[in-house]
Amino acid sequence: MKIFKLIFKNAFRHKLRAFLTILGIAIAVIAFGVLRTVVTAWYVGVEATSANRLVTRQAVSFIFPLPFTYRDKIQQIPGVSQVTFATWFQGVYIDKNQFFARFACDAETMFDVYPEFLLSKKELETFKREQNSCVVGEDIAKQYKLKIGDVMPIEGDIYPGKWEFVIRGIYKPRDKTTDATQMMFHWNYVNERLKKETPERAGEVGWYIVKIKDPSQSGNISKQIDDLFKNSNAETKTESERAFAQSFLASTSAIITAMNILSFVIIGIILLVLGNTMIMSARERTREYAVMKTIGFSGSHLIGLIMGESLVISIIGGALGLTLTFPLIQGLEQVIPKGFFPVFEIEPITIVLAAAAALSIGILSSLSPIQRALKMKIVEGFRFVG
Amino acid sequence: MPAIIQVKNISKSYTRDSFAIPVLNDIALDIEEGEFFCLMGPSGSGKTTLLNLIAGIDKPTSGNIFIKDTDITLLNESSLAKWRASNIGFVFQFYNLIPVLTAYENIELPLMLTHLSKAEKKEHVEAALNVVGLTDRMFHYPKQLSGGQEQRVAIARAIVTDPLILVADEPTGDLDKNSAAEILVLLDRLNKEFKKTILMVTHDPHAAEKASKIRHLDKGDLI
Repeated sequence: MKIFKLIFKNAFRHKLRAFLTILGIAIAVIAFGVLRTVVTAWYVGVEATSANRLVTRQAVSFIFPLPFTYRDKIQQIPGVSQVTFATWFQGVYIDKNQFFARFACDAETMFDVYPEFLLSKKELETFKREQNSCVVGEDIAKQYKLKIGDVMPIEGDIYPGKWEFVIRGIYKPRDKTTDATQMMFHWNYVNERLKKETPERAGEVGWYIVKIKDPSQSGNISKQIDDLFKNSNAETKTESERAFAQSFLASTSAIITAMNILSFVIIGIILLVLGNTMIMSARERTREYAVMKTIGFSGSHLIGLIMGESLVISIIGGALGLTLTFPLIQGLEQVIPKGFFPVFEIEPITIVLAAAAALSIGILSSLSPIQRALKMKIVEGFRFVG
Repeated sequence: MPAIIQVKNISKSYTRDSFAIPVLNDIALDIEEGEFFCLMGPSGSGKTTLLNLIAGIDKPTSGNIFIKDTDITLLNESSLAKWRASNIGFVFQFYNLIPVLTAYENIELPLMLTHLSKAEKKEHVEAALNVVGLTDRMFHYPKQLSGGQEQRVAIARAIVTDPLILVADEPTGDLDKNSAAEILVLLDRLNKEFKKTILMVTHDPHAAEKASKIRHLDKGDLI
């Protein structure tokens, strides 16, 4: 008989109790995995940012537009290699529940500034050429079964009216963190219509994306851009793309922090549950530990037995939880609107953290029973009545 | 025969609520190799305490205990555990078998601390099972055995490492008359046939009849 056999036999001595504890750990690991995945999905936008891109927006608020004329002035600043821009269009596609990002952009420069959006040369040329064309991300094309040549009707809300865009390109994400759920079309197309219908809204863009040559100059260039428009009707605020993305998360930071804390609270709760189980198990076995000590089992043997038993339960629970987390996350990905979390996957760090949490639970919950078993005198163990 | 156990002026007292309660008073005792020694006495006389001290599972307040040439009162916990593993076999009143292990596995338990090969362990366990006459029950769990059979498994576990001394604390105390008789016959056989030195504690005069020497303890004094 090997020591592992004894550990396994002890771990499953009370089958129902062991099963419920394993189930509890598995559920905790699943909850931990899902919460962490939501948190990491929230930060994907930040992770996908580039160090050589700055974002210039209206200083008062992102919702206020900037004059299109700023583009050429920004382009003149030393260190700036390219400038593109975009406007949040929104609108309704099919119904209000179908949420994904819809932008009016500068077709000429957008894909140069965002090389992570992979579009074939032919599709890009067609997109640039046709004013009413659009490009959608691969995920959106898959979700709505869209193909090149299809027409996407959008009911405008910020820009009222019925809009129709012909799909001329489907871009693929270069990186895992690249958002493949966007729809982009010509700012010129929107602007020309605005000139006719609401001319006071024409000639405005949402924000500028400034590609710079040297990321270490981002602070300096940002200041130069903002200084350029100081005391104008539309002062600007320029920051790194990362800071810009993070500012979006600021409004939800309390929720994210709460989810983060909650994910660890769950681990803490299950630590107490397993700790309690282990203490009960060890207490019930006080006489057995006395017998084992009498036979000649040393303190290190008892540590191995008790910690091993705790680890068996926590590892099985953790493995079960992680195994079930993957299909659950995949299921959730199908349910959650594509545009809400462009990338919703279990990060390797989440797997590592969940596994580490399960192992830590196993080790920590065994400490108290180990201490008790080691401190116990043999003769006291024989007198113990459980 | 030389004395295998030498108890020299052993005293033991427990402290309860800052009061020292003497249990053994200046005990001196020699037990010869191959002897079947019985300690008798009423409850609370200190016989189990003396047995525990000789077996190295408790420490005296004063005095020395020599087993062969080793003064076990000088050994630390870790050394004492190793010493017990190779020198002492224990038989308890309530058998104290591990309920999740079969008879075979319970007997094998002390061998986990040895460096014997799997085949050697098997040989030892089967030999012990053969001695106690439970070869046909080796895969039974304790709850599937009678009290007498459980005690025989416990005896097999005690002898499987071929210890120097077998200590038995009220080995028949929880058994019916017939089972008790079987256990005593077995202990007697271990003493006579296998030349085991046995130290048994009992308050049952019938059990003591098998012993080659009997001493009485009363209120911590050897009489």
